[in-house]
Amino acid sequence: MKVLAAMSGGVDSAVAAARAVDAGHDVTGIHLALSRNPKSYRSGARGCCTIEDANDARRAADVIGIPFYVWDMSDRFHADVVEDFLAEYDAGRTPNPCLRCNEKIKFAAVLDRGIALGFDAVATGHYARLERGPSGLVEIHRAVDHAKDQSYVLGVLTQDQLAHSMFPLGDTTKPAIRAEAERRGIAVAAKPDSHDICFISDGDTGGWLAEKLGTDAGTIVDQAGQVIGDHDGTYRFTIGQRRGLRLGVPAEDGRPRYVLDIEPATQTVTVGPRSALAVDAITGVHPRWCGAAPAGELRCTVQLRAHGEEHPAVVRVEAASLRIELLEPAYGIAPGQSAVIYDRTRVVGSSTIAQTYATAHI
Amino acid sequence: MAHVVAVNRRTTLVDAMTTHSTEPRQIVYLDHAATTPMVPEAIAAMTAQLSHLGNASSLHGSGRAARRVVEESRETIAQALGARPSEVIVTSGGTEADNLALKGLYWQRRAEDALRTVVVSTAIEHHAVLDPLQWLAAEEGADVRLLPVDRDGRLGVDALEALIDAEHERIALVSVMWANNEVGTIQPIDDVVRMAAAHGIPVHTDAVQAVGQLPVDFAASGVDALTLTGHKIGGPYGVGALLLGRDVEAMPLLHGGGQERDVRSGTLDVPAIAGFAAATELAAKRQADHGVALTALRDELVARVQQVVPDAQLNGPADGGRLPGNVHLSFPGCEGDSLLMLLDAQGIECSTGSACNAGVPQASHVLLAMGRDDATARGSLRFSLGHTSSRSDIDRLGVAIGPAVQRARAAMPTGTPGDSR
Repeated sequence: MKVLAAMSGGVDSAVAAARAVDAGHDVTGIHLALSRNPKSYRSGARGCCTIEDANDARRAADVIGIPFYVWDMSDRFHADVVEDFLAEYDAGRTPNPCLRCNEKIKFAAVLDRGIALGFDAVATGHYARLERGPSGLVEIHRAVDHAKDQSYVLGVLTQDQLAHSMFPLGDTTKPAIRAEAERRGIAVAAKPDSHDICFISDGDTGGWLAEKLGTDAGTIVDQAGQVIGDHDGTYRFTIGQRRGLRLGVPAEDGRPRYVLDIEPATQTVTVGPRSALAVDAITGVHPRWCGAAPAGELRCTVQLRAHGEEHPAVVRVEAASLRIELLEPAYGIAPGQSAVIYDRTRVVGSSTIAQTYATAHI
Repeated sequence: MAHVVAVNRRTTLVDAMTTHSTEPRQIVYLDHAATTPMVPEAIAAMTAQLSHLGNASSLHGSGRAARRVVEESRETIAQALGARPSEVIVTSGGTEADNLALKGLYWQRRAEDALRTVVVSTAIEHHAVLDPLQWLAAEEGADVRLLPVDRDGRLGVDALEALIDAEHERIALVSVMWANNEVGTIQPIDDVVRMAAAHGIPVHTDAVQAVGQLPVDFAASGVDALTLTGHKIGGPYGVGALLLGRDVEAMPLLHGGGQERDVRSGTLDVPAIAGFAAATELAAKRQADHGVALTALRDELVARVQQVVPDAQLNGPADGGRLPGNVHLSFPGCEGDSLLMLLDAQGIECSTGSACNAGVPQASHVLLAMGRDDATARGSLRFSLGHTSSRSDIDRLGVAIGPAVQRARAAMPTGTPGDSR
């Protein structure tokens, strides 16, 4: 197959490209330039959009012995990922831009362009496994390295996208990938993992949002509505957040307080005890199914944030939405994040969390 | 696994260097404006010097021998380009020569008269000119005026004349390229010199693309400073020259041992200079025939491409007003970098002809200055011919370009961003 290997400049995508070559594919490396002004995103080893990262990707392609190009996806990335990220925070939600990028850029804009140019698939360094299921559909499963598993951020991919994807690292652990990179002579073998949001170079999401959205002061109140602090923008908060609240008045019971609710319309952030974070029902919008859309009721597990735990649940699928009932309460569930639905290791699909509920029985 | 690893480890410079010769498929190299293969005479002249000892500044026998090679090379270069030997300032290449001319002349002219802060140039210069000018504006108080060009990329001399008439007392220098590197448009250097010389204003020209393709005679041209570089004319990388009129003073960029008229210090690279001289001599000697041959190939290339892709638009003049080896085409509905990749995959090497920002092709400032829109500018390719080009290169391109354009068109994003797959 003719394969496009998306190379970020990190160790994972470099080994993924090398493995695609070993598997006998005709591989071309591409680095996605996602910033309109790469110089402004310069950030050492942190991100994936710096000139250094592009150079690291180029060097890895040299070592692997494949052609390499930089594709400018900055306009699409800005429109589909960055603007969405800003709008979501502005609306009091907590988006995950990686899912959005996978849905709209890597496995959509890049894949479409690749297919038009004569390629058959996009390979990335995500930790996930693809398998051909009994029905003939491509299934996406958790990676064998559960600590590194990235199936959560791939939960937005449809069958059409999965059919043109390759994840060559899903059967290996991260330490083994680093060792393999070392053996292959890929210079970025020791490069630290990127954890932060790639377009926020210094990792200061609050500061970046403040720069883009401006300050918009408001109050922090307790559950009784008593003002106990202030803030300069609701976008600095996430449901379940405990640190950085800068509350002047200590809680009566001396226990830590958490963000319970964010209301951008009134600039109000409500805080309270951890017990008040408990939710046992979730409505989701924008459902995406990796295979055929399930109907009716689904007994499954759901993962409600990146690297979060799995919660046993019953999912009721409706037309353009779904309702998730958790068998045990979950804490700190933020609207805007994705609920990714699993059947054991298999990803069934995903949905963006719209609202959370604590029903009577908690 | 261990075996694979060992092989990969050895995939180093040796493989990189031999890729072209071991490749079963012949590379179609249509990027001579980026760099052109060294001619055998230059390789011979250069390698002959590699084993010789001697710093050309030393006074002993070895030094004298090295010095002799340098001075003979200087005489050869001067002779080939209508300059005096003392007018040849050897540099590390075109970029350094441009920097030396612009900064050196600006500083010198301003030191003589503090009023002279205006630098006149064009909107289509190479970045080796535009960026030093931008730096002079930001750091040295220069008042940079970039004159517009017409749709063919040619400087409008009326605007230049008006500017010189109005402000000649404040003008430190004028810099206009001899021929454009992207679209090949030859600039009206005679007019520029005539207008500037009337007021004693020095003229610099970047002739990197012109030497070897057009007749270039330094003295006859009347320019005060002229940039050329080795690797565009069949010589080695890393060596070039600024031809600087013997009466023209320029402040140095590099201070040190006082080599090169005290304008460009640094121990001379004897082998590179010898190779550069051999290449310059041949380029000048062969220029007339080379120009005729390239022009024929060039026109054939344009015709072949337009036969397959009728809406491909030639940028720059179609006639004698362009470099013999330059073809620059816009392919409506295509991304230039898609086309480049598709052709590259078949061993056909060309250029989007524009500067890169982290490897991302930016819309060319030259095409934008010529009044093209962003999409047209990004949908363009430069094919540049040189001394190894042949009809078979054009045949290969003629076969490949149609399907490549078809694919590149299909790959253009149709929907607006936000459309879901």
